[in-house]
Amino acid sequence: MHVEQISIFIENKSGRLAEVTRILGDAGVNIRALSLADTSDFGILRLIVNDREKAKAVLKEKGFTVSKTDVVAVEVPDRPGGLSLILQTLDGENINVEYMYAFVERCGENAVIIFRFDETDRAIKSLLDKGFNVLEGERLYGM
Amino acid sequence: MRAMMFNEEFETLPRQALEALQLKRLQSMLERVYANVPFYRTAFDRAGIRPDDVRSLQDLQRLPFTTKQNMRDSYPYGLFAAPMEEIVRIHASSGTTGKPTVVGYTQKDIETWTELMARTFVTAGAHKGDIIHNAYGYGLFTGGLGAHYGAERLGASVIPISGGNTKRQIMIMQDFGSTVLTCTPSYALFMAEEAKIEGVDFRNLKLRVGIFGAEPWSEAMRVEIEEKLNLTALDIYGLSEIMGPGVAQECYVAKSGLHIWEDHFIPEIIDPETCQVVPEGTKGELVITTITKQGIPLVRYRTRDITSITYEPCACGRTHARLARLSGRSDDMIIIRGVNVFPSQIESILVGIEGVEPHYLLIVDRQDNLDTLEVHVEVDERLFSDEIKVLQALSRSIEKEIKDMLGVTSRVKLVEPKTIQRSEGKATRVIDKRKLV
Repeated sequence: MHVEQISIFIENKSGRLAEVTRILGDAGVNIRALSLADTSDFGILRLIVNDREKAKAVLKEKGFTVSKTDVVAVEVPDRPGGLSLILQTLDGENINVEYMYAFVERCGENAVIIFRFDETDRAIKSLLDKGFNVLEGERLYGM
Repeated sequence: MRAMMFNEEFETLPRQALEALQLKRLQSMLERVYANVPFYRTAFDRAGIRPDDVRSLQDLQRLPFTTKQNMRDSYPYGLFAAPMEEIVRIHASSGTTGKPTVVGYTQKDIETWTELMARTFVTAGAHKGDIIHNAYGYGLFTGGLGAHYGAERLGASVIPISGGNTKRQIMIMQDFGSTVLTCTPSYALFMAEEAKIEGVDFRNLKLRVGIFGAEPWSEAMRVEIEEKLNLTALDIYGLSEIMGPGVAQECYVAKSGLHIWEDHFIPEIIDPETCQVVPEGTKGELVITTITKQGIPLVRYRTRDITSITYEPCACGRTHARLARLSGRSDDMIIIRGVNVFPSQIESILVGIEGVEPHYLLIVDRQDNLDTLEVHVEVDERLFSDEIKVLQALSRSIEKEIKDMLGVTSRVKLVEPKTIQRSEGKATRVIDKRKLV
């Protein structure tokens, strides 16, 4: 049920983001979803890609610091209050969301949200217990 | 058991005999410079002292100092005490500011240097049969040739690889079976990084001893080098003005301080502000008088290096005094809002933090009339997190350590790995923008 995200450290200076996307593009890696968190000095680029191993290898070869993180992809009903239902469930279980971002593609009628939780496994269990659809990584990478 | 020595008689001279020899050699050197070097004749006359007034080692303190500026003013040969026909070698230090400082060696000087460098190798545990990989630069810089001659005198096999081309260095260390490595400590760590990229494991190499110097380094850096290069890392000290490498060397027996060859050099430690000699064990600036040199003898040369001295007996059996690990240079010292800071102090703090590499850059600037210190630290995989708050907490904790240890407020900036310039010689650690305006 875990989805593998790759995270990349980038200095806050011009051209770095373009460099990352160029390296991935040249290697034929497709970006499925992304989020960029930034401070005045640096940023962390988080990506879901179709080929994690290749993405990691080519970026490391070019000297970037790259890590893998387990995140969770959840289908969210595409209507007002859809996301709120999920967050209420997690709040009730005292599970923290470290960060979240939206997936580009829809899954049928639903949107897909990527979550990074402080307790990944417990979060997955509570979401499944409440009947939410948690997506398998393999399905997501190829969407 | 007494350690192996190259010249046991002189290396173990009882203190009284050593001091008697020093005084005799000092007096003879003072006579020579007074007779042959106009700079010294003028300086001694101005200080109201003549060579024959020096009747004890204590009297040394009455003599004037020699500074790097005096050497620059005498560029190139003004301080030479021997005629040019007797000079067989000329070296020069890199002139980062203006002209280089030039030194000349007579044949006897080369022989002395060679012996002291051979002593130095044995002190570090090297011996005949070793394969010495000499990555100090060959050329005007004294490092390469100085170590080379000593290694040959020892009867070891020396590989005169010089600096640069790290991939080839690693290949040669691997294929030639190098057992002793000589280079700067920062270059040793750079080699470790390159070897990792090349897939070379230092545990499969034959390296046993590393003799590292030409820039200040820390005890924490020693631990890291020993672990990454799988060898015993020892500290060497030298400077071209005094001779070159091999002025002082840490012994592998005690691994506690560098024996300075007192039968050729008289060390003193002074307070760099008051210029007064400080008591044994107190930190200050190292001052050296060369007592056997012929080409360019120097009287009370201010090295600008910060250390302390001990005359305590050493476990290795040598009677020569020991210098503490060099902790910086009085002219590397940066004053930030009135606080004296040595780059090596910041290095110790960084190396103490798990995952932080000892590659760093200090940028000193002035904003709104206040000094600012920015510390660039590389983020590698061990430090990296996908969460901003974790990385920010890391920056804050380094800033707090620096504040707690040095009393200076700094701003830590995390930068991408390998973006801080690596040096194959002496590393650049400080950019002081205050001097540019």
